[in-house]
Amino acid sequence: MQDFIQHIINGVSLGSIYALIALGYTMVYGILKMINFAHSDVYMVGAFAAYYFARFLGIENNPGIATLITLLVVAMVCCSLLGLAIERLAYRPLRKAPKLNILITAIGVSLFLEYSGQVVFGADPKVFPEVMKDFVLFKIGDVELKSFDITVLLVSVIAMLALEFLIFKTKIGRAMRAVSSNASVASLLGVNPDRIIAFTFIVGSSLAGVGSVLVGMKYPKIDPLMGMMIGLKAFVAAVLGGIGNVGGAVLGALIMGLSEEMVVAYLSSTYRDAFAFGILIIILIFRPAGLLGKYSVEKV
Amino acid sequence: MKFLKAPLLAIIALAALGLIFNFGLNAYFQLILLFAAVNCLMSMSLNLVNGYTGQFSLGHAGFMALGAYFSAYANTHWDLLPESVQAVEYFIYALGGGLLAAFAGLLVGLPSLRLKGDYLAIVTLGFGEIIRVALLNMDFLGGPRGYSGIPGFGSFLFSFIFASVWLVICFFTIWRVMHSTYGRGFLSVREDEIAAEAMGINTTSMKVRAFVLSSFFAGVAGSLFAHFTNFINPSSFTFLQSVNAVIMVVLGGMGSMTGSIVAAIFITVLPEALRPLQDLTGVDLRMVIYSLSLILVMILRPQGLFGDLELSDMWRKYVRRSS
Amino acid sequence: MSDVLLEAKNITMQFGGLKAVDSLAFQVKQGQLAGLIGPNGAGKTTVFNMLTGVYQPTSGAVFLEGQSLQGLKPYEISHRGVTRTFQNIRLFKGLTVLDNVLIAGHQHMRYGLFAALLQTPHFLQSEKDLHDKAMELLKIFHLDTKAHEPSCSLPYGEQRKLEIVRALATDPKIILLDEPAAGMNHSETHHLMETIAKIRDQFKLTVLLIEHDMKLVMGICENIIVLDHGIKIEEGTPQKVQGSQKVIEAYLGVEEGL
Repeated sequence: MQDFIQHIINGVSLGSIYALIALGYTMVYGILKMINFAHSDVYMVGAFAAYYFARFLGIENNPGIATLITLLVVAMVCCSLLGLAIERLAYRPLRKAPKLNILITAIGVSLFLEYSGQVVFGADPKVFPEVMKDFVLFKIGDVELKSFDITVLLVSVIAMLALEFLIFKTKIGRAMRAVSSNASVASLLGVNPDRIIAFTFIVGSSLAGVGSVLVGMKYPKIDPLMGMMIGLKAFVAAVLGGIGNVGGAVLGALIMGLSEEMVVAYLSSTYRDAFAFGILIIILIFRPAGLLGKYSVEKV
Repeated sequence: MKFLKAPLLAIIALAALGLIFNFGLNAYFQLILLFAAVNCLMSMSLNLVNGYTGQFSLGHAGFMALGAYFSAYANTHWDLLPESVQAVEYFIYALGGGLLAAFAGLLVGLPSLRLKGDYLAIVTLGFGEIIRVALLNMDFLGGPRGYSGIPGFGSFLFSFIFASVWLVICFFTIWRVMHSTYGRGFLSVREDEIAAEAMGINTTSMKVRAFVLSSFFAGVAGSLFAHFTNFINPSSFTFLQSVNAVIMVVLGGMGSMTGSIVAAIFITVLPEALRPLQDLTGVDLRMVIYSLSLILVMILRPQGLFGDLELSDMWRKYVRRSS
Repeated sequence: MSDVLLEAKNITMQFGGLKAVDSLAFQVKQGQLAGLIGPNGAGKTTVFNMLTGVYQPTSGAVFLEGQSLQGLKPYEISHRGVTRTFQNIRLFKGLTVLDNVLIAGHQHMRYGLFAALLQTPHFLQSEKDLHDKAMELLKIFHLDTKAHEPSCSLPYGEQRKLEIVRALATDPKIILLDEPAAGMNHSETHHLMETIAKIRDQFKLTVLLIEHDMKLVMGICENIIVLDHGIKIEEGTPQKVQGSQKVIEAYLGVEEGL
């Protein structure tokens, strides 16, 4: 039983990281109806930005709240700049192109970032700066609540609440929702869709930046291909929850994190990745819109 | 036997070409040429689904893997025919690999082809990855280490002729299907599914047919790949391999057979052609350039190099314009 | 009555809380030229979508020659002999005029994939027959000279005509025309009326058409069904419908007078 609770804690912690990245996929999909394959590589660049900046400041062995916040800010800024640049240079020229072209461009951008990353950062894994000491905060019976898990949870919950506020309580959030439900009508009402789309990329990418620092803290090995698997899983989470749906992404991510933890704990760790895709396929075949999404039927 | 005339002529022509390559190229370029042939099979077959039928499969590598593993297993475990007719045995295994992949294509296609666009892309991606992860976990197939010592032809010329036979089979099969009522059915699915249904086309069955036929040739491509490299492991068939196939189709122009072939050769040779650049700069920029050019093609020439025209159409146009 | 070809028995279509069509019942007789009219949003196209299987009626069923079409897919209904055109033209735009017609002939092709691969005589003959038949049809509509042009390059009126040709190529028992005259001028409409009457006689067809253009409907239809808000408010001969108070009320202020 105690094991089980421990696994739940780990699963939720993993799930909240997936959620941060899944939100980026789901927001871009909601507004542009495209899968931004490069999102996972934006996340990777965020981790490297934090790594180099920490070395630049000489704080790579200086764990503490200040380091955490500094690196979070750095990763968020770098990721949002990169996200903005990708949107502006690669996606905007294709706004009216067939879907397939956009998808392939996204894959191209993703490959470009991965290979450039291997050239610029080197293909070997790097050790992420020590952001925080991992120690046991609480202990109830044999269940341990570690500082990493608490930090991951706290930071992601704060980020998600901020996003919630942004989308539902601010003017720009209203504009985002408007563009997402119908871009041409929104532009008739005086919303500039291009600006809103750019803003969406900024927000989504900076959430990926947050995720990258949290992952770096928890699993301190970073390399240019680190985004691939986690990106795919975050994407699965977004689809599972109903892509385009912000609440769905969080729900999907938690389910993914928990189920993955359980599969590894009680079944087999080698089938972990196949399991993620298994969930995806079952969901798409039986409920293509995901748990919280709506599947639109083509009008005749 | 009139139906055999054109294919046989094509095989003879390719074999003659192989003879020239046999003496004119070094072993390294010969191997690249064989890979180009495998890629041609991949792109032609994927073009059937992504180009002609307008569906989006991102899991082609999975079917290739099935064909490759089938051939690898069969070649190392079974001994059907005497040494002297080994090529026939290889041919049978390639056929078997193709059939296995086609069967998998049926299993994958039936439930998932109801989905459209991005959703279908993701499901096929998922199936491709599941096949790969499953192979990773199968000890009797070598697990992560894969299969080594798969017998091959030992000579470039025989390998090339073997590849040519399959290329010609693939080309003429798809060409003839596309010029039959089934091919027109595929196209109608791409153009407008609702109108196609109203005109009596069973769109689901059309999609599944296209998908199964496409998977079959991906399996054959995998089988050839196994013979040519003599070594396979699950990481030969990653998501990247599927992306590669999609890139070839899109670059050549969706719905152009000859475009797929030209693009497949181009994509196989390009990294090699860029090798001097690597010597010059000291870092491997090839894949960076490759991905960058992909983005640029999408932005600057979204219909691909050929659009949906064939080489012969373009030739005709050119002749018309210049006369 | 044995001469009833198509019958809708209390078909209802409900989208969420909205009843687009409410227990509609009507019959179309063999060889008849019937019209389905009504103001915008009356549910006419929804009726067509139920007749052709694009939507499954929430309740009620459609019968063709006494047999229920319930649960059949659109392509199966097409095989039974119900064909249609679309309000917003849905040609296979990227394909040639000829290919559009050939595709409609698919359901009558009896060769398999392998026959195509081996180029059997049966395959070659079937293809030739299909081709000849398609060209013949195109000729009737004066589209044969454009057979090899992409269908999207045709002018608007000819695209509508091609949709009708394509529908005819399925060898239907009944053809449903969804606003065939939409976007046409007077002379084009007049020409279209003649064409519709002609195909009915020449192909021994039954025709059900949706139309906004009152003149067209009154001019050629023998039986008219009037829909408003998903409910049948009147049915009968043009004279009867024209004089009906209910119909005038439904149209008042929506359409320029009857």
